[in-house]
Amino acid sequence: MSSLSRAPRGAAAAVAVALLAIGAASGCRQGMYNQPKKKPLSESHFFHDGLSARVPPADTVARGWLRADAAYARGIGPDGKFVSTLPQEVVFSRELLLRGRQRFDVFCSPCHGREGNGLGMIVQRGFKQPPSYHIERLQHQPIGYFFDVMTNGFGQMSSYASQVPVEDRWAIAAYIRALQLSQHAVVADLPQRDRDALAAATAATVASPAAAAQTEPSR
Amino acid sequence: MAQLFPKSANVLAPASIVALLLAGGGVVGGLLAVDYAGFNQRRGETIEQPVPFSHEHHVSGLGIDCRYCHTAVEKSATAGIPPTATCYNCHKLIWNEAPMLEPVRSSFRTGQPLRWTKVHDLPDFVYFNHSIHVAKGVGCATCHGAVQKMRLMRSAQPLQMRWCLDCHRNPEKYLRPKEEVFNMDWQPPSNQEELGRELVAKYKVRPRKFLESCGTCHR
Ligand code: HEC
Ligand code: HEC
Ligand code: HEC
Ligand code: HEC
Ligand code: HEC
Ligand code: HEC
Repeated sequence: MSSLSRAPRGAAAAVAVALLAIGAASGCRQGMYNQPKKKPLSESHFFHDGLSARVPPADTVARGWLRADAAYARGIGPDGKFVSTLPQEVVFSRELLLRGRQRFDVFCSPCHGREGNGLGMIVQRGFKQPPSYHIERLQHQPIGYFFDVMTNGFGQMSSYASQVPVEDRWAIAAYIRALQLSQHAVVADLPQRDRDALAAATAATVASPAAAAQTEPSR
Repeated sequence: MAQLFPKSANVLAPASIVALLLAGGGVVGGLLAVDYAGFNQRRGETIEQPVPFSHEHHVSGLGIDCRYCHTAVEKSATAGIPPTATCYNCHKLIWNEAPMLEPVRSSFRTGQPLRWTKVHDLPDFVYFNHSIHVAKGVGCATCHGAVQKMRLMRSAQPLQMRWCLDCHRNPEKYLRPKEEVFNMDWQPPSNQEELGRELVAKYKVRPRKFLESCGTCHR
């Protein structure tokens, strides 16, 4: 009898422990849930600004972040002027332009519009209107100038250096060049395939202008 | 010697043990049910924030891409919450006198960060990483729901282990082409499973054995 009665007592204890464990696990968040470690952006009660992530002290450079190369990091050539070609670290390719387009659409199009005409949504809601990229003055600016505007800001436009890393800023600058070209291209600039397509489309328009006006221009 | 226990004790003693076990089981079951159903999660609740930031307004109203503000989401474990300077890019000129935005302006003046409260909060013993999910074609909307319709941020999914595992065991039910990760209006096609299996192969999603092993998320 004695051995029998011990077993249920053990079971009751096990149930009680299980109850406590499950109560703790399902309900309250404690201990392992909120560990005394800092994750990105967690608050700190130690530093006066409340940030656990610290800014490097002034005049120091983290390893790998030295931007001694003026052409790549600032868009300025050895002659002290803005570079007019891509720095050697940036390889020109179709991928570069596609990357540039994607980043441009994310970071610049809210104000500058997808075509760079300066009529983005934020401008329509009352932000200062930037000049179109297709005006004479900006067409003649060297590519380093666009890099510089993104890096240091310009007038009412803030710097985008913290949101867009250096390599992406070059991709965007290259894409802006492509945008500018697109608005001033002549038929002779097109490859043969596109010239044929254009000729066919023009012929169709001449044949039936109303129908052609209704079809969306294909991309 | 007088009997200490009446005869009925022979029945009562085992019965009480059974009753205790049943009651214990009921409580355990109840707690598990609460946990399973996710009632102890903050799903669907909104949280008081320093500024009533509206994703609906900025994302569907103005068409701003997630990456304009959550710049780290493609590269790191955390998506990041934008610094005050990002709001200021626009709000230095837009609604720059609205009392609603005073905390943004004073944060910009003083350098004291805005103190946002986390809406999604995994326990600290769980490792999560945004960049891998974005790189393998899991859309923001799959985990965060229709953010573009939220006036105030709320959690759309329970963030339980069960929920993570459901996808880790059958990723083909949820994957989408990488280019659509940030597209909040993307709808799964009728042949989702077929497309999903193609994408699993194309993006070289690691096998189920890896994705459901404890060490993947608890490390
Ligand atoms: C919040 C709106 C906004 C965004 C986003 C924005 N800009 Fe601007 N940008 C402006 C405004 C406004 C000006 C005109 C500034 C002035 O004259 O005070 C401007 C001017 C410019 C100019 C012309 C400078 C000149 O010489 O006139 C360039 C080039 C430019 N921006 C590039 C960019 C690029 C590249 C991006 C994306 C990385 C970008 N901008 C994002 C608002 C914006
Ligand atoms: C204009 C800047 C901005 C844009 C654009 C933006 N967000 Fe946010 N997001 C914020 C801010 C600020 C917060 C913190 C306040 C809050 O929780 O509402 C936040 C919070 C979040 C959170 C919750 C974070 C938490 O506390 O758990 C999620 C999820 C989120 N954003 C997803 C998205 C998605 C998806 C998109 C794109 C569709 C997007 N955001 C676009 C600024 C932005
Ligand atoms: C790319 C530009 C842009 C950025 C970045 C931006 N906003 Fe806005 N925001 C706007 C515009 C434009 C409006 C006004 C919309 C209108 O007039 O309909 C607005 C409106 C608001 C409003 C009031 C309207 C409402 O109820 O939503 C709040 C609050 C606000 N923004 C907070 C923020 C905060 C906080 C941030 C930083 C995390 C931020 N915004 C970043 C462009 C921006
Ligand atoms: C696989 C599911 C999943 C996907 C896909 C996902 N998120 Fe998250 N997100 C989470 C979880 C889980 C958390 C909570 C993380 C924590 O508490 O540590 C979170 C947190 C966040 C936060 C709060 C800040 C942070 O990093 O903790 C933001 C902002 C956010 N997500 C934005 C996004 C955006 C934008 C996308 C689309 C590119 C996205 N998320 C895609 C699951 C996901
Ligand atoms: C909708 C699908 C989905 C959901 C929901 C989901 N995941 Fe994943 N997760 C994936 C896919 C796909 C991968 C990529 C596997 C690979 O790398 O091949 C992944 C990979 C991971 C990795 C591996 C990262 C690495 O580099 O080793 C971790 C950790 C992870 N997920 C954690 C989580 C956690 C925690 C949750 C729940 C909060 C979650 N996931 C929810 C689909 C999902
Ligand atoms: C896909 C990611 C993922 C994998 C794989 C995973 N877990 Fe978890 N686990 C989680 C998440 C997320 C939570 C937090 C759930 C919550 O907060 O409700 C969790 C919570 C837990 C908890 C605490 C339960 C609680 O309610 O407090 C335990 C114990 C646990 N996991 C054990 C395991 C074991 C054992 C394995 C391997 C068989 C495993 N996990 C595999 C994501 C994962």
